[in-house]
Amino acid sequence: MGQITLQGVRKSFGPVNIIKDANLDIEDGSFVVFVGPSGCGKTTLLRLIAGLEDVTGGQILIDGKNVVDVPPAKRGLSMVFQSYALYPHMSVRGNIAFGLKMAGLPRPDIDRKVEAAAATLNLTPYLERKPRELSGGQRQRVAIGRAIVREPKAFLFDEPLSNLDAALRVQMRLEVTKLQKQLATTAIYVTHDQVEAMTMADKIVVLNAGHIEQYGSPLELYERPANLFVAGFIGSPKMNFVSGEAAGEAGVATLGIRPEHLKIGKEGEGWPGTVSVAEHLGSDTFLYVDAGKLGLLTARCIGEFNLKAGDRVWLSPDPTRLHRFDKDGAVIRT
Amino acid sequence: MATEQTQVLGRALLTPAVALLFIWMIVPLAMTIYFSTLHYSLLDAETWSFVGLENFRYFLTDPAFLTALRNTLVLVGSVLAITILLGTPLALLLDQQVVGRSIVRLMVIAPFFVMPTVSALVWKNLLMHPVSGLFAWVATLVGATPIDWFNDVPLFAVILIVAWQWLPFATLILLTALQSQDEEQKEAAEMDGASALSTFIYLTLPHLARPITVVILIETIFLLTVFAEIFVTTGGGPGLATTNIAFLIYQQALVQYDVGNASAGGLVAVVIANIVAFFLVRIVGRNLEA
Amino acid sequence: MARKVTVRRVWVSTAAAWFFGFLIFLPILWMVLTSFKTELDAFSMPPKFLLFHWTTENYATVQERSDYLHHALNSIIIAGGSTLIAMIIAIPAAWSMAFAPTKRTKDLLLWMLSTKMMPSVGVLVPIYLIFRDFGLLDTRAGLVMILCLGNLPIVIWMLFTYFKEIPKDILEAARMDGATIGRELVYVLTPMAVPGLASTLLLNFILAWNEAFWTLNLSTLEAAPLTTFIASYSSPEGLFWAKLSAASTLAIAPIIILGWFTQRQLVRGLTFGAVK
Repeated sequence: MGQITLQGVRKSFGPVNIIKDANLDIEDGSFVVFVGPSGCGKTTLLRLIAGLEDVTGGQILIDGKNVVDVPPAKRGLSMVFQSYALYPHMSVRGNIAFGLKMAGLPRPDIDRKVEAAAATLNLTPYLERKPRELSGGQRQRVAIGRAIVREPKAFLFDEPLSNLDAALRVQMRLEVTKLQKQLATTAIYVTHDQVEAMTMADKIVVLNAGHIEQYGSPLELYERPANLFVAGFIGSPKMNFVSGEAAGEAGVATLGIRPEHLKIGKEGEGWPGTVSVAEHLGSDTFLYVDAGKLGLLTARCIGEFNLKAGDRVWLSPDPTRLHRFDKDGAVIRT
Repeated sequence: MATEQTQVLGRALLTPAVALLFIWMIVPLAMTIYFSTLHYSLLDAETWSFVGLENFRYFLTDPAFLTALRNTLVLVGSVLAITILLGTPLALLLDQQVVGRSIVRLMVIAPFFVMPTVSALVWKNLLMHPVSGLFAWVATLVGATPIDWFNDVPLFAVILIVAWQWLPFATLILLTALQSQDEEQKEAAEMDGASALSTFIYLTLPHLARPITVVILIETIFLLTVFAEIFVTTGGGPGLATTNIAFLIYQQALVQYDVGNASAGGLVAVVIANIVAFFLVRIVGRNLEA
Repeated sequence: MARKVTVRRVWVSTAAAWFFGFLIFLPILWMVLTSFKTELDAFSMPPKFLLFHWTTENYATVQERSDYLHHALNSIIIAGGSTLIAMIIAIPAAWSMAFAPTKRTKDLLLWMLSTKMMPSVGVLVPIYLIFRDFGLLDTRAGLVMILCLGNLPIVIWMLFTYFKEIPKDILEAARMDGATIGRELVYVLTPMAVPGLASTLLLNFILAWNEAFWTLNLSTLEAAPLTTFIASYSSPEGLFWAKLSAASTLAIAPIIILGWFTQRQLVRGLTFGAVK
């Protein structure tokens, strides 16, 4: 069982408030991603759950029990660190077995579990090697192996893929998701990469400056962002924001429309502009359009469009996909 | 990262070290201060009296003190100059590609690990002896008269011995600093058309400014109290020619058994050392921030 | 440098380096050579370089007449003892400052270093008197105590820097894996710190071995380590160069070899981190 609840969790370092009143309900078995820009507090929040930092206020409940005064060794959680944090003086086997050794399991049980975990992660041929003899991807798998072998209540991942090269990252993303589904263990995953967040998560927590902006499924965040920040953070390329006159005409402070929802219209239909840069990817075309008073708009079109810099275009937004925001940045739902 | 638990434990673990160093600092120092205000000689231990700052006045106006101070400054200054002026080019040389570099390094580093009494006696006898020493022989080879080092230029002789011992230290520090110099920065300069000399003047020397300062400060702290080399070669002489402050105090304490005077002198030495230490601690402190 | 280092330049550098290296090493080399000569050969003019009657008689004499081994043993006990005790006191202190730092930690560390900068001669009088009154003069225990206190700041400092280099997250991983602080220390910290502990031990052993102020002033015969023993050759009788050389070679050879392994630690330990 790995149900985790945060109630009024606060964390300050001296006068600086890193986490301001976090409330969260994480269902057992779900894959929750903490995402946000650098310094938003996502790693701090993870470490508070892990017990590596003390909370300044609030409660953290694991399966209903408040663990705020429980040391990390006794919370029943596993963590995969960004730098893997493998024990350099122990072999792969020793690394994976360490937690079980601390728990006092008998040797034969330890060996059995270690070998099972190694088999799952394709590490069996490397069991006797030391970390320095392994590649980045292999070390990462050892770190994961160390975490899963203890059968914890939840996995905590701290940006585990950020030290891998791009191709490996994509591959590992799939493996981690598959593994989590297979083990059905709660997972909390911290990343700054919103693509990772969108593809891996059951639910996403978007953090900004220590504040939880929104908590919902990837699709919810994409289709119904709660405020300007979430709207601009989720989705690549970024959502277009139009304020000023054009927004005023619609009776709101800011209008938002995603690049993929801007269609290239016929002459006279929609917002006029001049193409500043056109990126042709074959599968898509990205147009960066200078729309005068409306600013620089990004449009994403499927397929190949024979447009180049200097061409005049008309962009019409899909009215069902327009987002409206008030002067405080909160979304206005009709 | 430290939670409550570790904080409490941390303080407990620190206590022995802090307590010991504190006692080591305070007790002898307090006693020295106390003694410095007394007229107390071990030769006449029964009669001692409180004389306030009399000992300081006596010590500081004693011509022997002024000579010792001058000798100390000359000794420290000369060794600093020699070790840095020779150490820098030596470090530059060792930074180059050299066949058998490890062995050369061993040869250059070795003097630092020789105990001071050995260095001093080997130099005094095997090298500097005016009749059978190696230097004497070299002198005769070029037709000059051998120098009678410890009679004619005793302080210079001591300076040479001490400089020889500390040259490896300066060289090693500067070599370490050179090896941490940013290669890419030098390459950028090369792309910008800089000659080797320009690179040295505008990039390397400024980079070395900090380590050279550190070498100066640390060597000064240790050189202020040169003792063994003087003890085994000249005993401070001839006359006062090689007496530095440390040796002067030693003589007062353990040769003349004048506790009061020696204590006053000791405090003077502490004050001088503290001034240098102040600057060194500042630099170290700045580095700790980083 | 990426560009070609000409072969000629390498040979010029090599020649220069070897020349100056040899020059600096000459006194030591000359001393070792002299140790294998007879006293007459040692004193002869012009000096004999390689063509002399090589003998090991000096090494035998040094042990027989002056009980060299006794003083060597003293050196080992004093240097070893003071360093070990310093390590025992320093390890918890360094651990505390590296892993449970407070706002005061930096100041504390600087204060500790500053105690090393105090000139020994400043407290010669009280230490001598205390030693005299407590019967510690010319005792190994007394010297062990003084040298221990003298080197303690450097030992703490070096261990602190080594502990700081242990990646924090590896220790956190141990905690997540269920290790109590004690087990974290035993199973993870100590094995990772072993190289640092060894280096600190080695360098400070060497510094204690070569210490030549307290050893000269607080010991005469019984507890005299090699520093004091060699010093007795400053007022000798008769020809003594060869014997001095033999005694000296024995005294410094192991240290130079050990010193070779502590080069990097030397920079770390004695510049207090002011040079990287």
